[in-house]
Amino acid sequence: MSFFFEVLVAGLLSGVMYALVALGFVLIFKASGVFNFAQGAMVFFAAATYAGLQQEHHLAAWIALPLALAAMVVLGLAIERVVLRPLVNQPQITLFMATIGLAFFIEGMSQMFWGSTPRGLSVGVEDQPFQWLSDRYNVNVSQFDVFAAVISGILVVLLALFFQRTRIGRALRAVADDHQAALSVGIPLQYIWAIVWAVAGFVALVAGLLWGARNGVGFSLTFTALKALPVLILGGFESIPGAIVGGLIIGASEKIAEVYLGPHVGGGIEGWFAYVIALAFLLVRPEGLFGERHIDRV
Amino acid sequence: MLRRTGILAGLFGLALAAATGTAMAAGEQFVPLLSYRVGPYAAGGSGIFGGYIDYMNYVNMKEGGINGVKLTWEECETEYNNSRGVECYERLKKHAGGASMVQPLSTGITYSLIDRVAADKIPMVTIGYGRTDAADGAVFPWVFPMITTYWSQASDIIKYIATKSGGEDKLRGKKIVHLYHDSAYGKEPIPVLEAYAKKLGFELTLIPVAHPGNEQGAQWLQIRQIKPDWVILWGWGVMNPTALKAAAKVGYPRTKIIGDWWAGSEEDVIPAGDASKGYTTAVFNESGANLPLVREISKVVYGAGKGNLEDKSRIGSVYHVRGIVSGIVTVEAIRVAQEHFGKGKVMTGEQVRWGLEHLNLTEARLKQLNADGLMPPTHVTCNDHEGSGLAKFQTWDGNQWKVVSGWIAPDKDMIRSMIVESANKYAKEKGVTPRDCSKEASM
Amino acid sequence: MLYREAGQFKTTYAADQQIFPIRQDRIAVLALVFVAFAVVPWVANQYWLSAILIPVLIFSLAALGLNILTGYAGQLSLGTAAFMAVGAFAAYNLDLRVHGLPLPLVLVLAGVFAAAVGAVFGLPSLRIKGFYLAVATLAAQFFIVWALVKFPWFSNDSSSGVITTQKMRLFGKVLDTPAQKYLFTLTVVALLALAAKNMMRSPTGRAFMAVRDMDVAAAVIGIPLMRTKLLAFAISSFYCGVAGALYAYAYLGTVEPEGFTLDLSFRILFMVIIGGMGSILGSFLGAAFIVLVPIGLNVSTQWLNGVLQSGLQWSLPGSLTSNLELMVFGGLIIFFLIVEPHGLARLWQVGKEKLRLWPFPH
Repeated sequence: MSFFFEVLVAGLLSGVMYALVALGFVLIFKASGVFNFAQGAMVFFAAATYAGLQQEHHLAAWIALPLALAAMVVLGLAIERVVLRPLVNQPQITLFMATIGLAFFIEGMSQMFWGSTPRGLSVGVEDQPFQWLSDRYNVNVSQFDVFAAVISGILVVLLALFFQRTRIGRALRAVADDHQAALSVGIPLQYIWAIVWAVAGFVALVAGLLWGARNGVGFSLTFTALKALPVLILGGFESIPGAIVGGLIIGASEKIAEVYLGPHVGGGIEGWFAYVIALAFLLVRPEGLFGERHIDRV
Repeated sequence: MLRRTGILAGLFGLALAAATGTAMAAGEQFVPLLSYRVGPYAAGGSGIFGGYIDYMNYVNMKEGGINGVKLTWEECETEYNNSRGVECYERLKKHAGGASMVQPLSTGITYSLIDRVAADKIPMVTIGYGRTDAADGAVFPWVFPMITTYWSQASDIIKYIATKSGGEDKLRGKKIVHLYHDSAYGKEPIPVLEAYAKKLGFELTLIPVAHPGNEQGAQWLQIRQIKPDWVILWGWGVMNPTALKAAAKVGYPRTKIIGDWWAGSEEDVIPAGDASKGYTTAVFNESGANLPLVREISKVVYGAGKGNLEDKSRIGSVYHVRGIVSGIVTVEAIRVAQEHFGKGKVMTGEQVRWGLEHLNLTEARLKQLNADGLMPPTHVTCNDHEGSGLAKFQTWDGNQWKVVSGWIAPDKDMIRSMIVESANKYAKEKGVTPRDCSKEASM
Repeated sequence: MLYREAGQFKTTYAADQQIFPIRQDRIAVLALVFVAFAVVPWVANQYWLSAILIPVLIFSLAALGLNILTGYAGQLSLGTAAFMAVGAFAAYNLDLRVHGLPLPLVLVLAGVFAAAVGAVFGLPSLRIKGFYLAVATLAAQFFIVWALVKFPWFSNDSSSGVITTQKMRLFGKVLDTPAQKYLFTLTVVALLALAAKNMMRSPTGRAFMAVRDMDVAAAVIGIPLMRTKLLAFAISSFYCGVAGALYAYAYLGTVEPEGFTLDLSFRILFMVIIGGMGSILGSFLGAAFIVLVPIGLNVSTQWLNGVLQSGLQWSLPGSLTSNLELMVFGGLIIFFLIVEPHGLARLWQVGKEKLRLWPFPH
């Protein structure tokens, strides 16, 4: 039983890491209707910039962090100006493909600036189990995973406050609701989009730092996007709480399946199992757990 | 469609003509480099092709080429993608007097080129990757999976574990987990490991990790349940540091994890930080900036500002030295061919193939090359295109790799019979008649 | 002046419904087909045939398949590469286990297998749409590749899961030169493209388009949604399956399941979008674009390096050029999407319109 519990906790904590990446997708989709496939590349770029500044240019963390953040904001603004603005009112799939092109661009750029060799990264918390937990209950819970969960929690609360309590947040929700109506009441659409992309850049930086500290900073950070996709369809493309709940469900069920079902079918099922769970949910609720229900009118 | 593709084709044709038009001076030996320097594989690609180019530069600068024949090369970016690799190969095979040999450094591209190199009569050398059963030279005359194959390596690893446990008979009843990248690459050693499990009586558990392997919580919890005596880590890329971190997380000792040689570079352990201390892997090349040959290259090539690595701290890293080994094999095969077909001449692909098949890098020859200990002695024959099968083991001490064993030899009889069996199956499926090596030996 | 339909009167319904109603178009297409069949195999060298033309044709076929699903029926799919893998492995196993099966039949059956698998993975489309469906098709992508790696039966117990295709035999003759493989591929692609063109003009195709434009409205006018959507998945997968079999037999020879990655699916989707959604011609243009542009970029940077090398004794470092190529490729895609969101086929159409009026402005 304690083993099951351990698997469950490990799964939930990994789920938080997935949710972190999914958040970036949700923010952008919510505000601009763009399914931003470049989010994985942005996570990579953010972490590579931070690690590169710190290790190649020997900057202290408190200088490197704002600089990396600034780089992400500039990137977000540039994307809005160069890619999105000329593509306003294009079908969603065109925008989606544009973000894949963008992903190629950012990947090339990151490796050009910061080299192709992966780097280690430390955020000051060891990826070791809590000793007293493993001694007393024989349950392993990693300090780092808990730390990551706390950071994600703070991030979600901050985002919620930002969306609910600030003027810009209200404008953001208005834009998300209806572009045309928001425009007609005088909300500057492009300004809002720029802000959303900058915020998504910030989320990418946080995700990049945590994932980077966990597995190293390298090209593989772009693959984190693949972990986030089933979370997205399960939680709904437009819902921040959906991303968190979806992440937890996917993380936990994926781990439990790999441990208990995997050995019977040859293992390695994590790659697709998450998608199957998400699919099963979708068959019941086609717009995801917390997605917005759209009514079709003829 | 006609017009547009016509224009496009015309443009590319022009560009192509321009590219191939910069003809190389006669009397140069051309080596195509199907390299990759972008994407997830870039860390390996830039290191290995860096070492390869550095060694060829070194031979050109130090000795003025091979008996006066300078080496030239051209890189073509494959992105580790099969169809890009095929295009690169087709583009470069006739370039500048024809390709001497091709080393694709990607198992997928190797597979795609097997038929093509045979038709074009260009030997393909794959060192430490590629199609294992191609080591049977009777069935695959044009493919050379040299130095060691995955099967030899699996045997080497079991042998190393046995010496650490105090003999092969001590492995009875022990538990070994094979944690592998769930792909052709990770599955390749399984038949050998299973054969050993039966022979030596240890309990083998296979645990696959889905690509890319950046999430291994479930696998390591399983390992914690099994409490194995050893874990064989057959990983790639991000899977390796993730595995080491996850092992630390569940408290599994890293000294009991043995990696394969694609899990044993600096790039695999540095991202995991302290978690990788004590981790051991197989290698077929030593590393370190202090190796005599690496010091020479660093003096001659980098001293003249012609070094290929942009990050000088990578000189002498595992991948860099692995590239140097590729260079040594290339140069020595051409040298052997020249001794047979005429010194100072440019060798054709067929002649280089002859050179490869008669390549005998003895201890003494490696010493002359300043490379003794850096790579295992290798003797390729018509039948045996592998030529060695030896591996050393190295342990990461937190800062660098420390070699902890001598050359360990695989169970050649067992591996050889498996290779022949598999190659014959291929020959039958494909309708190939194996050549008779006993007749060729006299040549 | 030359390109004008004035004076071409249609006197029968059949004439009015031709694929190419304008005589000049017919002549151009016939000339193109003639060149492709009779001139190219003699003129093109081995490099062009086996490294450029064959893959372009095969990817065109795959793009055509995806275009039927995405461009005509409006269902977004990211599982194309997996359906190609089904085709490749089905063809291999059919050839291996059923003796004496002729090659065309092997291809057709491989396509049928892929179609069946495609229809199964198309089931979720009955409930979900848009990006939700796109992400759901990723389940197909990962599951199929996993299954092909996992069960050794598919690769005839090869230890690495890799298949080596048998020789291509057509009427007792072995196709082994690039020109023969090219002609065979071209024939298959031409026939299937013709079939697709006609199918999209038939009631089936019109039902697809109705579903694409608005599925609720389509249901209201009596188009059976379930049948139409699953049929779209099946037909699309059939094309992808045949493309996959050709990819293994006529192009690479030996393939591993991992060769059919998500990246390949994305590239084929790019071909559809860049070429033009809902256009047969666009599939070909898009495939040519996506295959040729990276190669062209690579050739031009090599050329630039050659110039620098001979002029300045200095060249760009390899990682810089490789990364630049990737960045320019990404940039070009964005550029094309901005300039012509409807794809190359649309550019072609605009060109034709202009040509029709030329040289007079109105």
